[in-house]
Amino acid sequence: MTTPRLDRRQLLATAAAFGLAAPHVARAQAQAVKIGLVAVLTGPQAALGTQLRDGFQQGLRHLDGKLGGRPAEVIVIDDELKPDVAVTKVRAALERDKVDFVVGVVFSNILQAVFRPVTETNTFLISTNAGASPFAGRGCNPFFFTTSYNNDQVHAAMGQVAQDEGYRRVFILVPNYQAGRDAAAGFKSRFKGEVVDEVYVPLTQLDFSADLAKIAAARPDALFTFMPGGLGVNLVRQYRQAGLANIPFLSTFTVDEATLPAQGEAALGFLHAAPWAPNMDNEQNRRFVRDFEAQYNYVPATYAAQSYDGAMLLDSAIRKVGGNLADKAALRRALEAADFRSVRGNFRFGPNHYPVQDFWLCRVARRPDGKFQTEAVRKVLENNADPHVGECRMRPA
Amino acid sequence: MSPELLLVQALNGLQFGILLFLVAAGLTLVFGVMDFINLAHGVQYMLGAYFGASLAAATGSFWLGLLLALPAALLAGLVLEFLVFRHLYDRDHLAQVLATFGVILFLNEGVKLVWGAAPLQMPIPALLEGGVALMPGLQYPIYRLGIIGAGLATALLLWFLVDRTRAGMLVRAGATNPEMVSALGVDIRRLFTLVFGFGAMLAGFAGVMAAPILSVEPGMGDTPLILAFVVIVIGGIGPIRGAFVAALLVGLIDTLGRAAMPDLMRLFLAPSPARQAGAAIASMLVYILMAAFLAFRPAGLFPVRTG
Amino acid sequence: MREWVVPLVLFAGLAAAPFAGFGEGYALTLLARTMILGMAAVGLALLVGGAGLVSLGHAATLGVGAYAVVVLDANGITDATTVLPVAIAAAALFALATGAISLRTSGVHFIMITLAFGQMAFFTASSLAAYGGDDGYTLFSRTEVAGTRLLEDRLAFHYVCLGLLGLTYLFCRAALAARFGRVLRAARENALRVRAVGLDPYPYRLLAYVLAGAIGGLAGVLLANAAEFVAPSYLSWQRSGELLFMVILGGLGSLHGAILGALAYVLLEEWLSHLTEHWRMIFGPLLILSVLFFRGGLAGLLAPRQRR
Repeated sequence: MTTPRLDRRQLLATAAAFGLAAPHVARAQAQAVKIGLVAVLTGPQAALGTQLRDGFQQGLRHLDGKLGGRPAEVIVIDDELKPDVAVTKVRAALERDKVDFVVGVVFSNILQAVFRPVTETNTFLISTNAGASPFAGRGCNPFFFTTSYNNDQVHAAMGQVAQDEGYRRVFILVPNYQAGRDAAAGFKSRFKGEVVDEVYVPLTQLDFSADLAKIAAARPDALFTFMPGGLGVNLVRQYRQAGLANIPFLSTFTVDEATLPAQGEAALGFLHAAPWAPNMDNEQNRRFVRDFEAQYNYVPATYAAQSYDGAMLLDSAIRKVGGNLADKAALRRALEAADFRSVRGNFRFGPNHYPVQDFWLCRVARRPDGKFQTEAVRKVLENNADPHVGECRMRPA
Repeated sequence: MSPELLLVQALNGLQFGILLFLVAAGLTLVFGVMDFINLAHGVQYMLGAYFGASLAAATGSFWLGLLLALPAALLAGLVLEFLVFRHLYDRDHLAQVLATFGVILFLNEGVKLVWGAAPLQMPIPALLEGGVALMPGLQYPIYRLGIIGAGLATALLLWFLVDRTRAGMLVRAGATNPEMVSALGVDIRRLFTLVFGFGAMLAGFAGVMAAPILSVEPGMGDTPLILAFVVIVIGGIGPIRGAFVAALLVGLIDTLGRAAMPDLMRLFLAPSPARQAGAAIASMLVYILMAAFLAFRPAGLFPVRTG
Repeated sequence: MREWVVPLVLFAGLAAAPFAGFGEGYALTLLARTMILGMAAVGLALLVGGAGLVSLGHAATLGVGAYAVVVLDANGITDATTVLPVAIAAAALFALATGAISLRTSGVHFIMITLAFGQMAFFTASSLAAYGGDDGYTLFSRTEVAGTRLLEDRLAFHYVCLGLLGLTYLFCRAALAARFGRVLRAARENALRVRAVGLDPYPYRLLAYVLAGAIGGLAGVLLANAAEFVAPSYLSWQRSGELLFMVILGGLGSLHGAILGALAYVLLEEWLSHLTEHWRMIFGPLLILSVLFFRGGLAGLLAPRQRR
């Protein structure tokens, strides 16, 4: 992933850039299904976007580069984790490149930024990671689907774990932004014990020593945290170094395959909740993980798995409508059917187009080949629908 | 907050301050001597961390990694000086800000091309592993004590070099009156190159020291860079002593602010908004401090005497 | 007369662009972005080129304008007759408060203190949980003009931006040509001499700072409308650096240079980012080269005899 692959698609995108002077050049390629794949590929969180992109590309590889029998053409869009940049680039993909679907998006703030520009043009938006709550409830939209989860579900699953384990006093440590606040709320929705302290740290935090001292002083039964990407790398290693590892480390999006290469042994035994783990035992998943690792030489995380499912979902839906993307209502019904085999096994859409699925408690383990991965320990929630689905009044497309 | 906890937090602030000093020392040297704003100092710190992490991985030893990373950082600094900075000494601050901003863009992207976007890690050396129990349940990592030690040693070394050696005397003289120094037959350009290389090495050293506790990733230098500027503005541009005191001040205020502000805000607000507002104000504290200094004491803590 | 040629061609080009191959929705979006950033850059050029004040926190004024739109939008107020004056006044007030303190310093300290105020504004925006905090805020609708949704129409929006940019340009140009501008330039060249003739440069500089802030606020309103979205990243110091770069790229000697700079910046970014994912590796060196070898900027290139 260190070399820029300047393949045909990117060349095409380049041609499209020159097309700014002559905007009609790009339109000649009408036969292919065009996908705008939005991922963060620059900055500290780029590892997550790389996972997401590679997962989708692996899906296409298993589908011989086709979606529902039509050749697929992917335009990769780097959102740079800047909402305004994302809006501009996604508008470009919609209006200049005429993409048929917008897929991807790692972070929910980016999703919120591109949501209206995409859905207002009656283009389907398939989130393969970000699962913001507003779009699961009152803001649900006929043109929006997600193959991942609603954020609250994952945090709630961890709350359930804390409840099941009988922890009485839990310390909460989250970043000071909307998703962080949602994480704390989601956890507390199922954890009924005492929250000894809730600490909000800035998103740019480098050093957690002040917070670790607070945790040590509070002596909780367990820590609950949500620290995606680089934040999690710092926290996990410093937590271990501070000798706090005897306090159970309950986390969401903090120890996963995107950050484990940097966390390594420091994360061993730490817990995380997810709808998927690389060791899930079904045929679809074994094939995905094996071929993904052969292709990219690293262990896939949920970002990759959900994007792989995203490619499979698109393939199934486009096949169902016979490649006719003009009939939006039919296409929507085909997407809602979710007639594909998920790497998670159990998968269907609820009425708000968010998945109804199982959530697992996972633990970081070292594989025989020395690489680290999360491994499913037990099922925490079964056929779980998100808490907002009741507020959704899906209007017809 | 218990006295024990307060003590540990103060130590945390001290250690953060020392790390900031390591970053700021090179910056203030270059700034003070050459009147050169080097925004690329942060990416030089990042380069140091990358060199350290990859060389430690290649040699299997933290110490070899550290030892090899220093000349690598020096070399990178000299290459940058030759290609870019050398042509900016005569230009105004605006040109320096922009050109070095360009270096940031290039190198942040460059490390991603070479090492990939995923964060790297650097192991803690066996000698400095483990921790000491400062309060029940909390191990204070020995490595962090090592950082404090390294920072103090660096401060002493710098003081010695600048205040007690001939090269240091020339550097100080060059800062206040470059024409006089060149009239004395000293090649001021060579002196600048030397200072710049040394500054780059200091940044690289800070990067290597930070690598085992922070994640090594593209853009990791951006936040320390801005904080280092806060430090040198508060400390007064140029003197090492100012940078040292200011770095400790910023480290302590930032850490203690983050530890205490949410509790303070609870006096005025409900618990949940208090925590959030407290966290937000805590991240602003050092900038408020800097603005106050600039407005009321623009020359900093230890103004340079110009004669 | 000669000095009107380049700006006239520039504005005529922007006016004709929708009918000369740039009428597609996306090209219009890009042009609107260019004109809005160009407007902010013109304000900054007034400061940097006119008064010699290098601000590394100019993006904050855009942010204040944009967040004024957000706050009003959240309270259901979207009419331009309210939104525009409130946003511009808010940005001007912000500039007045921070400028009054910042202008006590000069040179490198001025760069640093504007950076500090920019960072404070950034962290304030990030902590506005009611308005999205770090995540940003999606506007319910664009600002309404006389009760109509005029700005929803891309072409109309294009000409609104162009008209306001033209007004801003003319206003700044007139200001620089007036006594106010002459005092600013004189104080830039030699503040002592200005004081010697009994003039205090401070109020003049403060007025320039407030004007630049108000223009930034106006640009912020337009930026919020263009993206229908506002986020704290609008206020980041990197964004301030980009604005400075536009001014320098265009050339410090003239106000239309700032618009040229914005045009070049946005188009270059757009083009390079389609060439390669690692476009910053090209963009960074280009920035360095332009600073090192391109001192007159684009405007200097187009009118070599005008300045220097």
